[in-house]
Amino acid sequence: MSSVGTGYDLSASTYSPDGRIFQIEYAGKAVENSGTCIGIRAKDGVVIAHEKLIHSKLLVPGSNRRIQTVDQHIGMVGAGLLADSRHLVTLAREEASSYRDNYKTPIPAKMIAERVASYVSAFTLYSSVRPFGLSTIIGVMDVHGPALYMIEPSGVHYGYFGCAAGKGKQVAKTEIEKLKFAELSARDAVKAAAKIIHMVHDDAKDKEFELEMSWICEESGRKHQPVPADILQEAERLAKAQLNADEMEED
Amino acid sequence: MDTHPGNWGNPRPHGGSSDLDILRPVDGLAPAPSAAHGSSALPVSRTQQPIVTGTSVLGIKYKDGVMLAADTLASYGSLAQIRDMKRLVAFGDHTVIGASGDMSDWQHIQHILNDCIIDEYANGDGHQLHPAHIFEYTSRVMYGRRSQVNPLWNSLVVGGFRDGKHFLGYVDLLGTTYQSSTIATGYGSYIAQPLLRKQVEGREDELTEADAAKILDESMRVLFYRDARSLNKIQRATINPSGVSITEPYSLQTEWSFAEGIKGYGAIYE
Amino acid sequence: MEKAPSLKPGEVNLGVTNRVTDKLTQIHDRIFCCRSGSAADTQAIADIVHYYLQVFTVQEGQPPTVEVAANMFQRLVYDNKDQLMAGIIIGGWDAVNGPSVYSIPLGGSLHRRPFAIGGSGSSYIYGYCDATYKEGMSREECIAFTKNAVSLAMSRDGSSGGTIRLAIITKDKVERVFVPGNELPVFYEG
Repeated sequence: MSSVGTGYDLSASTYSPDGRIFQIEYAGKAVENSGTCIGIRAKDGVVIAHEKLIHSKLLVPGSNRRIQTVDQHIGMVGAGLLADSRHLVTLAREEASSYRDNYKTPIPAKMIAERVASYVSAFTLYSSVRPFGLSTIIGVMDVHGPALYMIEPSGVHYGYFGCAAGKGKQVAKTEIEKLKFAELSARDAVKAAAKIIHMVHDDAKDKEFELEMSWICEESGRKHQPVPADILQEAERLAKAQLNADEMEED
Repeated sequence: MDTHPGNWGNPRPHGGSSDLDILRPVDGLAPAPSAAHGSSALPVSRTQQPIVTGTSVLGIKYKDGVMLAADTLASYGSLAQIRDMKRLVAFGDHTVIGASGDMSDWQHIQHILNDCIIDEYANGDGHQLHPAHIFEYTSRVMYGRRSQVNPLWNSLVVGGFRDGKHFLGYVDLLGTTYQSSTIATGYGSYIAQPLLRKQVEGREDELTEADAAKILDESMRVLFYRDARSLNKIQRATINPSGVSITEPYSLQTEWSFAEGIKGYGAIYE
Repeated sequence: MEKAPSLKPGEVNLGVTNRVTDKLTQIHDRIFCCRSGSAADTQAIADIVHYYLQVFTVQEGQPPTVEVAANMFQRLVYDNKDQLMAGIIIGGWDAVNGPSVYSIPLGGSLHRRPFAIGGSGSSYIYGYCDATYKEGMSREECIAFTKNAVSLAMSRDGSSGGTIRLAIITKDKVERVFVPGNELPVFYEG
């Protein structure tokens, strides 16, 4: 962070002499400190998962959920500042609802991603505001089938087969790249996601975590819902067993 | 609230009216523009009339749930214009609303309620609106609109069953509500309501689903004979502990042979 | 207030009788509407929807569905029902639903139909249409049905008449057919 103290990092509306906007990069740091989020686009659905770090044993299990519903067919999770994520979900809900009012049809993946992204981007243009400390993953089932998008603090967004953000982003991405998306079912994606989140979690260094996972697929009636508890538990059990077996091999 | 940074510091645009915004000043009752100012504003007229309409909806409670019936006709005056109109619609897993009156307003109500249900779904707390919640919400929408002197021109029957409790309620364009073990709207309130009361009141805990279906079919048949804006293509909605089911449209047996014996102007000579 | 449009899928096929003006209005590549009621109102609405659909196409990067177009009409008619006299039929082809026809009668409700008729002449041909329409008609049957229906309406309705315009909308193209007033299908005229 050689930029600190140069004076070019104080505002999102000021470039540094080499053309960077440090406030956006700092926002990226807020994302890197967050529990890992991943999204996987399977052939018949989308799965999003989050490693929810538990900062206090006094928290009620299942509280402070990060995966939220935008519309019946849209799920969203943000790695980074939870309050920013909540704000963005509210915005996304308004966009989805206004699209429904205007066209009487559910908003397509591309449109919700674009509209949320342009809002995020607006917060990189003014000196009076700070960029979102968030990488947002959006999972959707629309008339064209499953879709997955990720929006970064700068407002850039791309469609993905699989994406990751947060602490374990690098490892998660490497693992996701090994998946065969053309053959992957939503159920397989749940297992893969459980394994990846458990893998990137560092038991020694990190706090304890809860695995939050939701999906939108035929099995969920094309609605965004938490993955049913029995399926999730089974996936976690498998994930732990596999990871243990892998470790044994290495030893 | 407009949180887009590009709009900060700009004057707030004039918000449009919302169906729930019942506290907003009523245009029609706002102080008239003073003639001294030479205003040429015309009086606001917005009390519409129903145009494409549906006729009666019936609803009764029975032992294991609630049952509604309506035909599938949307009339344009006396023209039977749309003969496959869905006038019984489920909202969530425990509630059905049956609509008579203006069909464009009915479609509008469906959009409002679906928005509301999506909002609740997005909360993600696993709660689903109870029939009584949907009823109350609908009645606030109806009363809110009548208070803007721009009513939604419908009579609605809300039927539901959840957590072992029956629900059957009525709301109309004025926001009038009541709950009862039998409800009928429109022509049905004259013709079918007495028939329903006779067969249902006091027997709510005995009537089986088959009894309920028979009672409604019988009333719908009478309505078909008597109501010139009805159609012999009807649907029944059943809401019971296993959820909502709405039948495909079906026809009732009718009997016209008596008419063959009517001669001339119908005078009887014996 | 003169016209009897009618349409049906297979391909969608819109017909309009009228004196000489073109009440069959193209609002997108594969979406047309038939207008009845106040010409001023329906032209204004069609122009607005035409504009919306262009914006929509640019924003979404793909053509709108007929359903979306119909909903735009519906909203305009419903929200302004006290000010408008507009009965509109929307027909067209799209990649999601294939051929579809929607009807928006005066109050501003929206109905998807296998075929739709509207305008002052339509009341004279409900019988003909109900008796003649069959599901899954061929292109030629559709054209004959539409032309006959419109011609019959024209002959009984004092407010309809002149020429017939058809649009045959399919995935690949739109064909427009013009039938001059002296070449209309003729039925019993006694």
